[in-house]
Amino acid sequence: MLREGEVRIPSGCAVSGIFDRTGGRMSGENIIKSIEVMHDRSNGLGGGFAAYGIYPEYKDFYAFHIFYDSAEAKRDCEDFLERHFDIINLSKIPVRRMKEITDEPKIWRYFVAPLPTRLAQSQLDEREFVVKCVFRVNTQIKGAYVFSSGKNMGVFKAVGFPEDVGRFYRLEEYAGYCFTAHGRYPTNTPGWWGGAHPFALLDYSVVHNGEISSYDANRRAIEMHGYKCTLQTDTEVITYIIDYLNRKQGLSFKETAAVIAAPFWQTIEKMPAEQKETHEYLRTMFASQLITGPFSILVGFEGGLMALNDRLKLRSMVVAEKGDLTYISSEESAIRIIEPSLDNVWSPAGGQVVQLTMNNEQ
Amino acid sequence: MINYLYPLYEIVRNYDRCIACRVCERQCANEVHEYICDADKVVCDDSKCVNCHRCVALCPTRALKIVKSGNTYRENANWSCKTIDEIYKQAGSGGVLLSGMGNPEKYPVYFDKILLNASQVTNPPIDPLREPMETKVSLGAKPKAVERDENGRIINNLPPQIKLSMPLMFSAMSYGSISYNAHESLARAACELGILYNTGEGGLHEDFYQYGNNTIVQVASGRFGVHTGYLNASAAIEIKMGQGAKPGIGGHLPGTKIVGDIAKTRMIPEGSDAISPAPHHDIYSIEDLRQLVYSLKEATGYKKPVIVKIAAVHNITAIASGIARSGADMIAIDGFRGGTGAAPTRIRDNVGIPIELALAGVDKRLRDEGIRDNVSIVVGGSIRSSSDVVKAVALGADSVYIASAALIAMGCHLCRNCHGGKCNWGIATQIPELVKRLNPDLGYKRLVNLLTAWEHEIKEMMGLMGINSIESLKGNRLMLRGVGLSDRELEILGIKYAGS
Repeated sequence: MLREGEVRIPSGCAVSGIFDRTGGRMSGENIIKSIEVMHDRSNGLGGGFAAYGIYPEYKDFYAFHIFYDSAEAKRDCEDFLERHFDIINLSKIPVRRMKEITDEPKIWRYFVAPLPTRLAQSQLDEREFVVKCVFRVNTQIKGAYVFSSGKNMGVFKAVGFPEDVGRFYRLEEYAGYCFTAHGRYPTNTPGWWGGAHPFALLDYSVVHNGEISSYDANRRAIEMHGYKCTLQTDTEVITYIIDYLNRKQGLSFKETAAVIAAPFWQTIEKMPAEQKETHEYLRTMFASQLITGPFSILVGFEGGLMALNDRLKLRSMVVAEKGDLTYISSEESAIRIIEPSLDNVWSPAGGQVVQLTMNNEQ
Repeated sequence: MINYLYPLYEIVRNYDRCIACRVCERQCANEVHEYICDADKVVCDDSKCVNCHRCVALCPTRALKIVKSGNTYRENANWSCKTIDEIYKQAGSGGVLLSGMGNPEKYPVYFDKILLNASQVTNPPIDPLREPMETKVSLGAKPKAVERDENGRIINNLPPQIKLSMPLMFSAMSYGSISYNAHESLARAACELGILYNTGEGGLHEDFYQYGNNTIVQVASGRFGVHTGYLNASAAIEIKMGQGAKPGIGGHLPGTKIVGDIAKTRMIPEGSDAISPAPHHDIYSIEDLRQLVYSLKEATGYKKPVIVKIAAVHNITAIASGIARSGADMIAIDGFRGGTGAAPTRIRDNVGIPIELALAGVDKRLRDEGIRDNVSIVVGGSIRSSSDVVKAVALGADSVYIASAALIAMGCHLCRNCHGGKCNWGIATQIPELVKRLNPDLGYKRLVNLLTAWEHEIKEMMGLMGINSIESLKGNRLMLRGVGLSDRELEILGIKYAGS
């Protein structure tokens, strides 16, 4: 059986997210409850979470979460990390042994800062340096896989049902201002933890439900800009596209959404002149980053959360609000289970971006 | 003198149906048919027939058909009848064998060994009758990075682009090689369809300047008809370095075709041969090409994208890489099946490589080098149907060029005797009585019909793949699978075998 990355595996899925716009921190208990309701949207072959604001004591350091297949992989990877980073702290990620979750790799966490000399030598900005190092580990060190690399955030994922994965990682012991969750229904048996979602790079994390028809067009285009799609999943390529557009090209999330779920030409035609020009530009300039086919995605980033549907709305997605909290999920039931009385509930239209930021900052 | 040749095709006339109306006689410029007054019957000379089907199509009683004569030499696996006949011809004439249209020989057609994907269960197909389905493309270089003004607004830093309603254009056919009416049909069809046609190397007739926004003007090695007004009348400029049907050689339009407006448009004396040299004599290397690209941009105020057209040859990927760094906005690649008004048969049939392989190689190479966005890729030679278009785009083309298909739409029957100058369909001829047989009002409409049909088919194929915008098909090779191909062929095409 080929491992994830050696074969392309489409998946159906469930997604859910909770965001506190005041930055107040909540435990991971609720996100587990939420995703658990959508049990039947997963098939036990992958689940995971992204949590933001969980490492305030190390908020200035990149938190690397790494899977190791073997002691050699760990040794090789740590050698590499020591050559490139100042390692402030390292530990096993605490887990709860349970019968539902088996075959776990070694799961380690490192808080690191790039070595100033190495960084200067590379002539890259700090974040690009970190990205390059993550790619180096994931493509060149056999049996080591960095699955989370942002500051003050972390990804927790495994093969299993998502609610079991949450309990396995003792998510209820973490407190953060934003959580996203993913339950996976792959049409194949990946059997590898790295293939579960969310997929993350720096502080961007993506959970995604859908199967995009533009995959290979997107993959081949983004690989030209220095990314390597090692997993062959939609989520991976979407994450890289967002990183490219938002971080490297400096597009806002709204502009990013106007690229990946671009308005139809017939809609652009009817826009006021200035807006029309911008949209024409974005579609022409970033034609290869347009994503077609069904998707609903939640993109976590430092201080915010973005939700987006494909432009035909071929996947369900519901948004609800209660006080300072915003909930976004594949199904309304997954929101009602944790907050039965909501201020409002609505479904974003296809291609309509929902952008949540701390205190509504832009 | 005995010429040793027995006609390949035989005209079968059903005398029970023939009413001796003599339409066939009047329609055949090759003077195949002859009315015998005494016998009140029409007879024919098969040896003059080029099998263009003009008489067959116009016979009011369907009394005519053309069949293979079936005459054969003693069978020989090494010496085919065709080869033997060609030797007889050359032994008789001492001349180079000439042919029209594209390479007809039995080389693999890779498009026919590639199959498309469709959505089942895990994602939905999209119905183009119910949902928007976008085929619009923008060709031209794309800048490396977004720029903003002091207020943070995005500055439009895109170099000049060509906008097409679908990823398809009419490729170069010169005024001279084809008729005025054929050119008018192409120009008007391009305008109505929202695409472009291409003047070829014969200049632009003054009547057609009105279609300038839908016109690519060509600058070829003969520089016929090239002047500032010509360059600026266009939507884009194409430097023709080579042609798929005859890579590495120039062109030769005989003086008999350089008459009236053709001489004027080409800016050469009437009756003089129009000879395009094999190379551009100001381009002996890639750095020279760059100079011509920028000369043309200077002459047009950097308002027109520049296309460099090359024939698909063995070293195509490296050549394309050089062109992508030459300042050109687009590369047009012409495969070895590409058509021509006239080419030496041996060259047409033995030089160059298939467009599918050239395209796959170039697209990959430019991506590997990170310069794919420097240029758009346009491919031709030969695109025969809407499914070829879809496959070419999925292999990595931004757009395709069609020419033979357009001529066929206007009546061409692929008799491959364009070089004879007596095209009975009024396309590849300058004889006024023949030219007027192609009515531009009908010719243009048939072109519009053809491409409207193709557009529908393209949308259906995109929809079944779950793709609703052509951008998402470009280079999307996972949508393709090969059958009957070797591992090496699959590797070059960058696709998987069916079932994997």
